[in-house]
Amino acid sequence: MTTTITSRRGPARGSGNGTGRGSGRGTGPAPDRKNWGSTALAILFLAIMLFPVYWMVNASLQPNGTTLETSWLPLKPDFTGYATAISEQGGNLGTSLVISLGSVALSLAIAAPAAYALAYFKVRGAGIVLFAILISQMIPGIVVANALYTAYNDLGLLNSIPGLILADSAHGIPFAILIIRAFMNGMPASVIEAARVDGAGHIRAFWSIVLPLSRNSLITAGLFTFLFAWSDFLFALTLTTTEAVRPVTLGIFQYIGAYVNDWSSVMATAVLASIPAIILLVAAQKYIAAGTTGGAVK
Amino acid sequence: MSLTTDLPQSTPPNGKPGPGKAGAKQGPGRAGSGDGAGDAVPSPRRRSRQRRERLFQWLFLVPAVVYMALFFGYPVVKNVVMSFQDYTTATFFTGEAPWVGLANYVTVLSSSLFSTSLLNTALFTVGSILGQFVIGLALAIFFQRKFPLNGILRSLLLLPWLLPLIVSSAVWRWILDKDSGALNRFLGDFGIVDTGVPWLTSTSLALIAVVGVNIWIGIPFNLTILYGGLQEIPDELYEAGSLDGATGWKAFRHITWPMLRPVVSVVLVLGVVYTLKVLDIILGLTNGGPANSTQTIATQSYALSFQEFKFGEGAALGNILVIISLVFAVLYLRASRRAVDE
Repeated sequence: MTTTITSRRGPARGSGNGTGRGSGRGTGPAPDRKNWGSTALAILFLAIMLFPVYWMVNASLQPNGTTLETSWLPLKPDFTGYATAISEQGGNLGTSLVISLGSVALSLAIAAPAAYALAYFKVRGAGIVLFAILISQMIPGIVVANALYTAYNDLGLLNSIPGLILADSAHGIPFAILIIRAFMNGMPASVIEAARVDGAGHIRAFWSIVLPLSRNSLITAGLFTFLFAWSDFLFALTLTTTEAVRPVTLGIFQYIGAYVNDWSSVMATAVLASIPAIILLVAAQKYIAAGTTGGAVK
Repeated sequence: MSLTTDLPQSTPPNGKPGPGKAGAKQGPGRAGSGDGAGDAVPSPRRRSRQRRERLFQWLFLVPAVVYMALFFGYPVVKNVVMSFQDYTTATFFTGEAPWVGLANYVTVLSSSLFSTSLLNTALFTVGSILGQFVIGLALAIFFQRKFPLNGILRSLLLLPWLLPLIVSSAVWRWILDKDSGALNRFLGDFGIVDTGVPWLTSTSLALIAVVGVNIWIGIPFNLTILYGGLQEIPDELYEAGSLDGATGWKAFRHITWPMLRPVVSVVLVLGVVYTLKVLDIILGLTNGGPANSTQTIATQSYALSFQEFKFGEGAALGNILVIISLVFAVLYLRASRRAVDE
């Protein structure tokens, strides 16, 4: 129910249509005069909203140690914070990377066929599956973690990378199913039927026709599941009990859990942990737009 | 439901006789393939093929169904079971978790902490949603204007939403630091305050600070969804409205708001559901402190299970959170449906 409202909009009206030009809307100014005043105001909003991000980068470049006051500008950038961060948290960053990539693979492998089934075959119970996905979003992570901890304890999955990959995919799979399904809903059925008529089995039609055509939605879903697993804190916190497997989010939590006297390395770690989000935002603009429109579900 | 309306479109046997075009031509919009629900008397052979076909279709769905059952269904059921058991660290060694009936619920509900965390949860949720929504809507309306760089600036605003929550918590911990945090220095430079404000260490301010940070995180999401909703409203409505003298505030009240209602419900319901279960931000900023002044039901449930190792009580509190969230969603959806019906 909720998904249809938001996801339908995706392809109909691209996201990039807000830029300049075009006929002014309603009482707007003359179309040919650039409205730089509004741009200035928007930049001001942006500056306020992104100040914490700036501050993170700025603080990460301050010299280590006893400086009481971080200066407003990193005039003399100092990279000792990064050196400490990499030596202390480098392994954790690697752990996070492995877990996130694993979660992307697992999520797509599970979500793409499911999305295809939900979009194309009117299997009985498809409505129930969709409803279950929506309901699943209401289940607090702590409830899942509470039960998983005991199960993982019995299965020996605590403190293991496969255990965290499986659990972290709970953030991504429902979302990926909805995003990919919304996209496949808009794909012409005739293409697949033509393939089937030519003798392609379900699996081949899916593999060589449906998946390549759904590339964009797969990338969108993959990027977001990566980000969800990378950002996961709850499962890292509850499903690990030793230092054996430690994602970077937990490393940061450990940093700020105690009294902090070296903020530059904490902030350097924070910057390193933000890199995937920043790459996503800069390099994958159009996929993000697609994800957030469908992202009403996440 | 949709089964009966679909035309039966089984693929020809062996895949040979059907000329490639046929399938494409008759496709009714896009609809399910193969499901001969409409056939009068299917031959046995055909029926077995249909059965195989349906089996194949289910195979695509099975991994997802299994995953959802294991990682959402099982935890919910298990949590209900655990909430009636005395489930502690000892259980892991002895394997015994005696049944205790409603004892966990009684303990949790009668604890003095429960009313505190319930109130904090309510304040945290209402404050966060209100702030995120109002600011998000204001920004969404602002970005309806046409101006250079609109698209780029709007998408850069997404960054706070994409950062890992624990990263945001760490950054804000430093900004809100009492002695050398950026906020206090900024306020100090302008002479607004003389001494450092203990944003995160004062029992009266910590919840406000946590709500503020959560608003910052939620603005981009609200902005994006509401912006999309606003874009959907046809320009003609505003043109017609302006002929009748509906501009500015009037246009917003009589055109924008009613048209935006469905999107608003989605944003608010999802906002509440997600805010109720927030854990990362509070644990990162204050860990529920000082003196439980930012303890919510979610963080309290975490503390019971994973710090005091009273898994039964943690499960009971978790279930109460699930019920609150479900009740809210149902009530709200029903209310908004009634509003639409009228």
